[in-house]
Amino acid sequence: MNIIEKILANASGRKHVSPDDIVEAKIDMAMTHDLTGPLAIKSFREIGAKKVWNKDKIVIILDHLVPASSVISAGLHKIVRNFAEEQNIENFYDVGRGGVCHQVMPEKGHVRPGEVIVGSDSHTCTYGAFGAFATGIGSTEMAAVFTTGKLWFRVPEVIKVDVEGKFQKWVTSKDMTLKIIGKICADGAIYKGLEFGGSIIRDMTVEGRMVLSNMAVEMGAKAGLIEPDQKTLDYVNARTDKPFNPIVSDKDAEYEKVLDVDVSDLEPQVAVPHQVDKIKPVTEIEGTEINQAFIGSCTNGRLEDLQSAAKILKGKKIKRNVRLIVIPASQEIYLNALSEGLIQAFMESGATIGNPNCGPCLGGHMGILADGETCISTSNRNFIGRMGSTKSFVYLASPATVAASALTGKITDPRETMGKVH
Amino acid sequence: MEISGKAIKFGANIDTDVILPGPYLVHTDPYELAKHAMAGLDLEFPQKAAEGVIVVGDKNFGCGSSREQAPIALKYSGVKCVLAESFARIFYRNAITIGLPVLVCTGVSGKVKEGDMLTVNLQTGKVENKTNGAVMQSTKLPEFIMEILDDGGLIEHLKRRIETHE
Ligand code: SF4
Repeated sequence: MNIIEKILANASGRKHVSPDDIVEAKIDMAMTHDLTGPLAIKSFREIGAKKVWNKDKIVIILDHLVPASSVISAGLHKIVRNFAEEQNIENFYDVGRGGVCHQVMPEKGHVRPGEVIVGSDSHTCTYGAFGAFATGIGSTEMAAVFTTGKLWFRVPEVIKVDVEGKFQKWVTSKDMTLKIIGKICADGAIYKGLEFGGSIIRDMTVEGRMVLSNMAVEMGAKAGLIEPDQKTLDYVNARTDKPFNPIVSDKDAEYEKVLDVDVSDLEPQVAVPHQVDKIKPVTEIEGTEINQAFIGSCTNGRLEDLQSAAKILKGKKIKRNVRLIVIPASQEIYLNALSEGLIQAFMESGATIGNPNCGPCLGGHMGILADGETCISTSNRNFIGRMGSTKSFVYLASPATVAASALTGKITDPRETMGKVH
Repeated sequence: MEISGKAIKFGANIDTDVILPGPYLVHTDPYELAKHAMAGLDLEFPQKAAEGVIVVGDKNFGCGSSREQAPIALKYSGVKCVLAESFARIFYRNAITIGLPVLVCTGVSGKVKEGDMLTVNLQTGKVENKTNGAVMQSTKLPEFIMEILDDGGLIEHLKRRIETHE
């Protein structure tokens, strides 16, 4: 069996499962946040449940509109806060305690290899980077999980993606991820699982792997797993003392297909409006004018992302008439960025720094786009209206490309910026 | 269960951000959500859907976020059923959960025009275009999904399961 089949078999008490089987799996961790949580709580009440199945397996994070952006969002926070209090949920990360949910989950030790994790957020698949079967579900299904601790899954066919090669300078895991999305397409993995492997994934940091698993849902996938290795174990062991059981695919595991990708000649990539799978090399769209640049989100708001952007921005000024918004994905990342002097470099370059939260990624607050405006962003979606006006345009790229573009006011190849200006 | 209504058509990769844009996620009242259904593409949609319509999509309908508010907005605006070449999985699960029938119907995007009159038989999966006479077969829903839909959604279904257990 492959890693996904093995995890689902374990979680449902079976010896063997194959694609298309429907299993009822025990849930190891369940996460909800301020935008989908209130509806989950409403459904929990409607079901007539009084107590959650296991308060220690539930994590609640306020991150989408934080601190409250309006009276209505303040009301949502209140609903969630009261629920956490009522159910005695200790893993509750209020304003100022956590950050973006998919960063906080692994960082605070709530993600372990081999586990089944659900979240009422589509990017829950991020935890696949740690060898967990993690997937997004809706609010009412979350209420069912809160009540029973179980959920049904169809065992998915799995596409194996093998990535080989070495990155050129200023080419990152985001560029590789966009390239893979372009190959598989936005609907190429619907109802399916993805398993990522190959030498470059092994070479990559845990943070880099998270970018790839994070965007598995952009290909329609249910989950995107990477086999746990020593790097995974080092990260997880430093953050949890709970036991876990790392699972890897069997040697004779079956896959629906295997896709080989070589990144040796890869250039920085950009997803152009309004589809995540409309991928172009940066050199093809260089010069497109931008109004805003955003570095942050559960895709690329981590320390190595900020380090890479700061290298490009340090000692320089962003273009007049461009807004650069930088939002570290968690309190921990923010603190590390502060002590490394990255925040200072950003501010001196003319950037605005936001508190850890989703910010402009979903057009909620902190940098909404007006009609006709264009933003280049390190986040994961460029749908119509995603960051504000339905008449605005979002390009997705790596932190390096976004930083380079903020300097010139146009979409810019970071290799060129760093080549010319030393 | 037979459903009929006029078709409203959309293209491929209709994402949940256009079905219900992020800023409206702050609402919890389904009828308030319904006022903004499809706001990313067509502000007139709620008026058009009010009479009770069938939405016809192409591939990957409902891709993007896990917001259950997206199918809720469609259902309460008057959408009786969604037919598409394929669905994104979280949207699909959410639609069933809240009691909005969603059927995978290969070829539907080519055989239906905006405004055509459709009937859909949920039991058999048969889809008829009354306007041009085309007959299509959608994938039949598994028994346990039909049970959830028959009960009017997962909440009612769970309530019934809890009652029958006790
Ligand atoms: S950062 Fe963006 S994609 Fe990630 S959880 Fe927040 S809103 Fe969703």
